[in-house]
Amino acid sequence: MSNNQKKQLTPVQQEYQKLQKQREIKRPVVKNCIKAFLTGGLICLIGQLISDFYIYYFDFTEQTAGNPTVGTLIFITMLLTGFGVYDRMAQFGGAGTAVPVTGFGNAVISPAIEHRTEGFVLGVGGNMFKLAGAVILFGVFSAFVIALIKTTLIQWGGL
Amino acid sequence: MLAGHRTWIFEQKPVIISTGTVGGPFEANGAIPDDFDTLHADLWLGQDSYEKAHKILFEEACQKAMEKGGIQKDQVQFILAGDLINQITPTSFASRTIGAPYFGLFGACSTSMEGLALGAYIVNTKGAKYLLTGASSHDTAVEKQFRYPTEYGGQKPPTAQWTVTGAGAALLSDSGEGPHVTSATIGRVIDMGLTDPFNMGGAMAPAAVDTIEAHLKERNVEPSYYDLIVTGDLGQIGQEVSMDLFKKHGTPISEEQYQDCGLMIYREGQPVLAGASGAGCSATVVYGHLLNRMKNGEFKRMLVVATGALLSPLSFQQNETIPCIAHAVSIEYGGEQLT
Repeated sequence: MSNNQKKQLTPVQQEYQKLQKQREIKRPVVKNCIKAFLTGGLICLIGQLISDFYIYYFDFTEQTAGNPTVGTLIFITMLLTGFGVYDRMAQFGGAGTAVPVTGFGNAVISPAIEHRTEGFVLGVGGNMFKLAGAVILFGVFSAFVIALIKTTLIQWGGL
Repeated sequence: MLAGHRTWIFEQKPVIISTGTVGGPFEANGAIPDDFDTLHADLWLGQDSYEKAHKILFEEACQKAMEKGGIQKDQVQFILAGDLINQITPTSFASRTIGAPYFGLFGACSTSMEGLALGAYIVNTKGAKYLLTGASSHDTAVEKQFRYPTEYGGQKPPTAQWTVTGAGAALLSDSGEGPHVTSATIGRVIDMGLTDPFNMGGAMAPAAVDTIEAHLKERNVEPSYYDLIVTGDLGQIGQEVSMDLFKKHGTPISEEQYQDCGLMIYREGQPVLAGASGAGCSATVVYGHLLNRMKNGEFKRMLVVATGALLSPLSFQQNETIPCIAHAVSIEYGGEQLT
């Protein structure tokens, strides 16, 4: 909690929060990190296998195999999300399932499934990017800022 | 009769003549499946949306209560009930089916005892002969509204709780056979400045403690008067913290008599983290499991303290703290009763 918020608390509230903190079960951070490392690593390993598969059996190079690999991973995620498996994997894997592209796929697919009951336009259409929208917005904006910096440096910085 | 500042003593001792409890598949797999009247294997209950399934849950609980009580729906004078969904539509739509005059209540997860307290007051003052009260929640419908989409892979912290899919309804009357509602203490809104919606137990514990201590003081009884003091859905953290507070305040409540509905409904090994929660949690456990045990003579007097966190997804996003409330109702069956 920020210091600003803490200042607004009454002494009674502060005292209670201290007491409550002692009983609160902490997130097992180290254990979660190890689990995330292994789960995330496993997903990347599967991705690598898929990528090699495309290079070996089809006419893809290391540069061009990326797109079909991502597509395949997202398709698998879609099935796992739809069958209700991905959220269970995520409870175990944490960041390991959230950070790879599969996590992004899950963030788009899950609200689409959830809001199917409100119809295709207002339900699926209106809510599909409920979670992923922020990622896309800030991702594109950050890319824009970085591109500006790069252009500035090349044009006037003499790089 | 008002005792003290916020406790009602019911001289006519309204009777819970029958109850109806309905649960979902996760509850069927839990610790007390035998105490449910109806259990559903399918979360959708054959409907095409979770909200409609939620409505069916409450409808069935009411119908079961009326059927067991042997009365027709046109004999019911009032329905006092609520749930957690926006504008409490599931309960209102279910009340449309039953057709009785209806008060929609919102007290988050404290709705069950809010309804029982108000219902007992109405029956006690001869405002009604038969009255239905209850609460319900549906895991996925609630998750959809308050948290992330159900299939979204977000890791929940160990303080999070699992929303019960279930509905509990009680049929109250001024006469008949069954447990008596003897008193009720209405809670104040207590806010200890906690902001984590994944730690409701910790936020709600002070409200439960405040209401229980007010009840004991205003009714002028020792905690040992009750065989059981049971909270709604504090979960593991809330229960431990409230016990700490009782010790600090010098309220002599023993750990054996102080229990939590949120820790009774599921068994070990179900992935519920800190326990169960939701408006249906206290409603199903009290109207099913606990009243059954009471009728079997396992205990005679209990104080049910349903706790609710009065937040909304909007208030959380606007960085508001979580205000909480708890309502206490005493239920007695057999044995000597205070007047």
